[in-house]
Amino acid sequence: MEQKEKINVEHFTELLAKFIALLVIRLPDDVVTKLTELSRRETSPLGQVLYEAIKDDLSLATQLKRPLCQDTGILQFTVRVGSNFPWMNKVSEVLRQAVLRATREVPLRPNAVEIFTHVNSGNNTGTRIPWIDWEVIPDRDDIYIYGYVAGGGCSLPGTAKVFMPLEGLEGVVRYIFDQITSYGINACPPLLVGVGLAGSMDVAAKLSKTALLRPIGASNPDAAAADLEQRLTDGLNALGIGPGGLGGEASVLGVHVEQAARHPATLAAAISTGCWALRRALIRLDADLNYEVLSHKGAVL
Amino acid sequence: MSKIILSTDIDDADIINLRIGDIVYLSGTLVTARDAVHERLLREGCDLPFSLAGKALLHAGPIMRSLPDGTFETISIGPTTSMRMEALEAEFIARTGVKLVIGKGGMGAKTAAACSRYRAIHCIFPGGCAVLAATHVEKVESVDWLDLGMPEALWRLQVREFGPLIVSIDCAGQNLFENKKIAYNARKAEIIKTVLTASTNKSI
Repeated sequence: MEQKEKINVEHFTELLAKFIALLVIRLPDDVVTKLTELSRRETSPLGQVLYEAIKDDLSLATQLKRPLCQDTGILQFTVRVGSNFPWMNKVSEVLRQAVLRATREVPLRPNAVEIFTHVNSGNNTGTRIPWIDWEVIPDRDDIYIYGYVAGGGCSLPGTAKVFMPLEGLEGVVRYIFDQITSYGINACPPLLVGVGLAGSMDVAAKLSKTALLRPIGASNPDAAAADLEQRLTDGLNALGIGPGGLGGEASVLGVHVEQAARHPATLAAAISTGCWALRRALIRLDADLNYEVLSHKGAVL
Repeated sequence: MSKIILSTDIDDADIINLRIGDIVYLSGTLVTARDAVHERLLREGCDLPFSLAGKALLHAGPIMRSLPDGTFETISIGPTTSMRMEALEAEFIARTGVKLVIGKGGMGAKTAAACSRYRAIHCIFPGGCAVLAATHVEKVESVDWLDLGMPEALWRLQVREFGPLIVSIDCAGQNLFENKKIAYNARKAEIIKTVLTASTNKSI
């Protein structure tokens, strides 16, 4: 029994190390589709130069099996685990081991720097890193794991603020536009903008990141939220920030809003941004560790 | 239009007529330096182990693979956000005589003034396109200050037609991103008004 468990944990680790490799080498299908669409629509000559470079980079990265961007970020995972998933108590350690392995084998850039000593661990693990957000799904025995690469350039525009309810939507919209026209320009646009709205800053911040996990093109199921997403997308695109911030037809890949009920006296808003090189991937594993990569059609690990 | 290729050592005449928005390529010596190298040179007073006069600087933290013979292979090497170096770049240009600074996104007024005064330019390489960049690196000549970590170390590279590089600050001190920012901000107020009036949901 013990031997069998060891073999399974090794298999699980190997799968996730390969999943991380896929995550940093290839963009998910929805991002590739959106970039292709925006590149066809681009009319600015400098914008076209940028999209051409992006296209070349994506194809070279796949061909040479190398991270498409040198900043392989801080590794973050959102785990939606069935309460009956038999390997639940192994997931944290398996993810950590997979990060160590992928760092050596792909290789990834070592990015985990300790806050107080400034020491880079050299292996992408450190205090509380890789970061894991947990959600337990009752009465299921499978697991969904989102991998997300939080690069430095596109983490820099991140911000959160608590508004008074009377400042309302207007305050939030201005806040988003101010952040994108200042910090957003240098964060490798076209950006995916995640907006979290809630009663406190921490909830809004978490939701702003959750928003980036949703596939591009899928709207918020709430009609008013979906309407806001569309208005913000159209408005930010009308700024004409273009690829690389050099001017062009579009500024964003999209705007995703996620909301939680707020306190009567507060309206918290948070913004997370993903660069055009939006590296996220989603894998589902069943109780027997059979896998399916949902973000990259046909991907074999 | 023919491809403009700058070769190190770059002199004033090579870059004086370039204007913001022009596209160039680089062949020769390219050295990476970002936050920690700027700090060590200019705040901690350590001299660089080699001269950068007439050379090119890249704001980047690459992924390098060390090979059994002690050399390195460039895996991925896209540019990092240049604005982080704004506080020290003018002094860096003045001190080293570097002629071409490459990064991602724009730089500020201090760097633009230094480009004009010391005859240097800032260019962007398309952000994120790190494998594309790596394929233009012919050789890693040396690494110094590796104690700063792989991303922060001083990597000296031999590159061939490294680009496309888009001039974002020219020797006249013109600043492409500052101009763009003014344009984006000028549009902003009107667009926000449209977003708010068009919305069916005025109070969240």
